[in-house]
Amino acid sequence: MQVTNKLTPFFENLNFERDDNTMVINFGPQHPSAHGQLRLVLELEGELVKKAYPDIGYLHRGIEKMAENMTYNEFLPTTDRLDYIASTSNNYAYALSVERLLGLEVPRRAQVIRTMLLELNRIISHLFFVATHALDVGAMSVFLYAFREREFAMDLMEDYCGARLTHSAVRIGGVPLDLPNRWLTDLSKFCTKINHEIEHTYEALLTENRIWKMRLEDVGVISAEDAQSWGCTGVMLRGSGVKYDIRKEEPYELYGELDFDIPVSDKCDSYGRYSLYMEEMRQSVRILRQLIPMHSKTEPKLMAHSPQYISAPKEEIMTQNYALMQHFVLVTQGMRPPVGEVYAPTESPKGELGFYIKSEGEPYAYRLKCRAPSFFHTGLLQEILVGTYIADVVTIIGSTNIVFGEVDR
Amino acid sequence: MRKYVPKDDVQKKSYYTDRFWVAPRVPKEMVEEGSHFDSVVKTLSDVIELKEFAIELGQLRIVINSTDNFKALETLKNESGYTMLSEMSAVDYLAKDKEFEVFYQMLNLNEAKRVRIVCRIQPEEAVKSVVSLFKSANFAEREMFDMFGIKANNHPFLKRILMPDDWEGHPLLKTYPLQGDEFASWYEVDKIFGKEYRDVIGPENRDPSNVDRYDGQRFSRVGYEVPFGSEINKDKEEENPIAYSKTFMVDYTTGTKTLSKRK
Amino acid sequence: MAQHQVNYASSAGLPIALTSVDKLVNWGRSNSLWPLTYGLACCAIEMMASGASRYDFDRMGTIFRASPRQADVMILAGTLSKKHAEFARRLYDQMSEPKWVISMGSCANTGGMFNTYATVQGVDRIVPVDIYLPGCAPRPETLQYAMMMLQKKIRRESADMKKNVKQRIV
Repeated sequence: MQVTNKLTPFFENLNFERDDNTMVINFGPQHPSAHGQLRLVLELEGELVKKAYPDIGYLHRGIEKMAENMTYNEFLPTTDRLDYIASTSNNYAYALSVERLLGLEVPRRAQVIRTMLLELNRIISHLFFVATHALDVGAMSVFLYAFREREFAMDLMEDYCGARLTHSAVRIGGVPLDLPNRWLTDLSKFCTKINHEIEHTYEALLTENRIWKMRLEDVGVISAEDAQSWGCTGVMLRGSGVKYDIRKEEPYELYGELDFDIPVSDKCDSYGRYSLYMEEMRQSVRILRQLIPMHSKTEPKLMAHSPQYISAPKEEIMTQNYALMQHFVLVTQGMRPPVGEVYAPTESPKGELGFYIKSEGEPYAYRLKCRAPSFFHTGLLQEILVGTYIADVVTIIGSTNIVFGEVDR
Repeated sequence: MRKYVPKDDVQKKSYYTDRFWVAPRVPKEMVEEGSHFDSVVKTLSDVIELKEFAIELGQLRIVINSTDNFKALETLKNESGYTMLSEMSAVDYLAKDKEFEVFYQMLNLNEAKRVRIVCRIQPEEAVKSVVSLFKSANFAEREMFDMFGIKANNHPFLKRILMPDDWEGHPLLKTYPLQGDEFASWYEVDKIFGKEYRDVIGPENRDPSNVDRYDGQRFSRVGYEVPFGSEINKDKEEENPIAYSKTFMVDYTTGTKTLSKRK
Repeated sequence: MAQHQVNYASSAGLPIALTSVDKLVNWGRSNSLWPLTYGLACCAIEMMASGASRYDFDRMGTIFRASPRQADVMILAGTLSKKHAEFARRLYDQMSEPKWVISMGSCANTGGMFNTYATVQGVDRIVPVDIYLPGCAPRPETLQYAMMMLQKKIRRESADMKKNVKQRIV
């Protein structure tokens, strides 16, 4: 029986009264390569991890509770802070689930812009992954190079929505603004640039790098069965040989019309996942290139027309009395979606991001549950870390690509 | 007179609702004969009793008895191909129906279909853990326990996950206020400095627009500039024409304070 | 052999207060501020960006250190949750004097938008803060400006840390 006090807290699968040669070390909650506030309690035998216990909650901010006390439109900027590396994908996932609940049709131009922003965010997020993963494993220069290109992508985001990190670039029912002038030319320039950089910088530095291969190959192997059982999604699932991408299987926005491939790797290890991230960036560029000509072919309408739920455009509010009244009610009281529940999955850069919303017909959601991919990927750590070396722990945490904003919410 | 706040549901309410307003409902569709969901319903109804099933917004929602949850998920996994439990959690209906609603969101990777299994449980009741079927339930059930206090039988390690181990109360219950109870408001002070330092540090300031006029270090003074960090005498001060908001503190005695059962 | 009379370590400060020495020491202190990589939430990404290629913190003599014992400045970047608070204080205590704290972002300053049960309403309840940096999330330029403000503040301070009035909590 463990005697628990402040010095020896209670840990379930850790044996403190041991006669073997194991050592318990505490990794985090503030460790530079823990990708946030992950605390891992590791039991080591020599350098081999015998037991691992991920402790999360160090960034718990009560976002789900906040959602219950905010109107639907008020809550949207809060979703930025979930997965803060790709904010628009959170905004979008939330907006999509509310739109499904309301039954809104989003205008086509808004769809084009949204899809562009989502893919741009995917590139930003994957660049961040490559940067930090390489930094953790020891390739510092890749960090500097990847952040250089990431800044250009952030410039594009900034040109569109004015923020670098917390975009709030999507609204329920559409997008707030049309693309600024010359944004599309900048985007196509960026596409060319990033394609070049992926091939000639990151992959040239990493893919055939001996140290990189030694550190990543056969590290953090997840079988397809385990990946499904642990609820892995996104690259973690596709890296284990299961071809499932929500963009293809349950298409939303314009993904049904676009032509792109889903890379799958059956290596099941960190190296396979790294190559998937690289390939996904290329596919995102491909999607962006298809989207650029689509923008000019659409009507310049940005928000869905649904006076019950969505405010009219600014011009109408300023000229028409009824639109102003509606706007006033929607701002002061908030929209009241129909009674019911919705779960809308989207493919965020990290995996399946979905919002379960339970509405009771009030302007405040009765319950909002954010299905965050990183949360389940963190749970996986307690199993795949066992049997690896302490030096590989950082590699495995890096390759799961977890973000603590959405793990702890 | 102070406004009446119901103790069992402190969630923010709309300040005005029209008397005649009736909330519409999301349309429920029948399960079509011969479709994928039809086969799911048939397989499940052989094993357990289905209280209600309908397609809501493209996903099948099945209401079952709370004792059947393990069996339902086992059948879905082994016979219908729902190999992933993408999410599970609970909804607090204690104020309304004195019940919790537990939902399991399932995903079939081959058919790209989603099913939601829903069951209602009593507040004292525990659900059967599904960790032996889906390992993703390990963290999800711990989170449910942390947030609602719903226990899962046979869970390998049911312990708080997001909140600290010595936390009081379950934050997502409707009885728990958004800004926390008294325990929550002093948590970090008690933990780091000890209870005796509560007076030194003072209560939390929950007013985002609070300005302390007599704090020469953290606030600059509009109109009457003083050097950084200088001490300002409260008595000998000229009347400042600029209106500052007065400090607003959460009053736990009159508001919505909850105590845990341990107390 | 003449023994040096001034024992810097034991008398905790300089024996003679000379402005020029003050300036010399503060010049040294302010121009190599090594922050602790204390990324907590979203702001940490901007903190990383300011250390990365475009914004390049290194040119200000600012090199991020992973250990509190090698750091002078603690940049509390992001939301501090109540669960994490005691660790923040422990890391602050582990830093060696002289030490400064920059509270980066609205969440660290006042709790910001997270006015909830789980968030510390301002890190100044836990640690004394020198610079409050507003924004959600502040841009890298803002963080660099905050660093420059801190340098200014240090240059104005006395080299003897005991004389510097700080809003010490405990």
